[in-house]
Amino acid sequence: MFKFKDPQLANRIIDELRKMNLNIRLMHACGTHQDTLIKSGLNSVFEKLGVEIRQGPGCPICVTPANEIEEAITLAEHGLTLTVFGDAMRVTGFSKSLYDARAEGCDVRIVYSIGDAVKIAEENPGKNVVFLAIGFETTAPATASTLIHGVPENFYILSSHRYFPPALDTLLSLGEIRLDGLIQPGHVSVITGLSPYYALLKKYNIPQVIAGFEPLDMLLAVYSLSKQIIACSPKVENEYTRAVTDEGNLLAKEYMTKVFEPYDVVWRGFPVIKSSGMRLRKAFKDKDARIVFADFLKDVDTQHYEEPKGCRCNEILRGLVDSFDCPLFGNKCTPEHPVGPCMVSVEGNCNINYRYTGGKKLKI
Amino acid sequence: MCLAIPGRILEINGNIAKTDFGEGIVRNVNVSLVKARVGDYIIVHAGFAIQVLNENEAKKTIKMFKDLLKISA
Repeated sequence: MFKFKDPQLANRIIDELRKMNLNIRLMHACGTHQDTLIKSGLNSVFEKLGVEIRQGPGCPICVTPANEIEEAITLAEHGLTLTVFGDAMRVTGFSKSLYDARAEGCDVRIVYSIGDAVKIAEENPGKNVVFLAIGFETTAPATASTLIHGVPENFYILSSHRYFPPALDTLLSLGEIRLDGLIQPGHVSVITGLSPYYALLKKYNIPQVIAGFEPLDMLLAVYSLSKQIIACSPKVENEYTRAVTDEGNLLAKEYMTKVFEPYDVVWRGFPVIKSSGMRLRKAFKDKDARIVFADFLKDVDTQHYEEPKGCRCNEILRGLVDSFDCPLFGNKCTPEHPVGPCMVSVEGNCNINYRYTGGKKLKI
Repeated sequence: MCLAIPGRILEINGNIAKTDFGEGIVRNVNVSLVKARVGDYIIVHAGFAIQVLNENEAKKTIKMFKDLLKISA
């Protein structure tokens, strides 16, 4: 039986990469890719082969700025029932997290899916239930489909959804870091298809491969990118054809378009990114927590927030530095006592690095 | 947020599919975003199927890997 972890095949691809005498820097933008790289030890293998791989802004919780978490906390403090993915619980708003708010008596509940949040609203008709909707194109269609198929009167959305491609565009346009190629995220691409990447190719002439999440997927992605780089022939290649089609998931995109409209929004670590936020369209304004509960949210002061002292999450999210370059990593900042969002989320660069290395850079 | 796992559909009732993730884990999954049938493998993300896995493409990928093995060293 074929396995996507086949060591014989992995070694074969590694041999081919070794022959190329590489000295390249790639970026991926997905927590699951980072997890595969570190867990399988491939990151060390790549380093020896002259391939440096940075993690970009691919963790939705990490890129959600403090003011949006603060909005959720504020709604909970005003007596609303807040439903969130578990990962969002420990990220700090301006001074505390949703866990802290719950400890102070707020009604904050972890859900696995937006469906669970709807169920809570159905079972509690006397309460107003808000779902903090976080995620890129992978989760936004679920929110859209839920609203289209009808939700209880007492159910609302606080949308922190974001379009992923504009962030890459911004990152490349900032030009702070030399990147020779991009490993594009498999599951965002399942929805978007390939067109956003062709737009990036046209604008920046950068090699790109859409990759799955098994070690062999990543090896093949790096192999394909290396061939493109050596041949000076940038392309968009799809290694993950078993899940990603050229046009993506058309139904999911149709639902997203029906429910959301793009607007300019801040990402943590980035300036305002044009047309990268997903806001509920007017047709769904009675479900938009920002509109319905505007009175509660008007005091969220976004002007006086400062990132935790010493935390380098902002630069980590732009791929400029690695977790190990942060003075807090592994001592003041650990998964048990996280300082910045990259350590909070299981998809964050710091959290993944710490889990598999205990905070110590492996010597290769 | 982008973690997604494959499962196999056992039953479909409206938008909800009873899905087997192996090792005895069976969960209900919302299939409103895909056109799926019983027996299909789906990629599931936060309770929703986001795509039906394409078996032919998976076989092609595996063949490509096997061809790579034949690269003359």
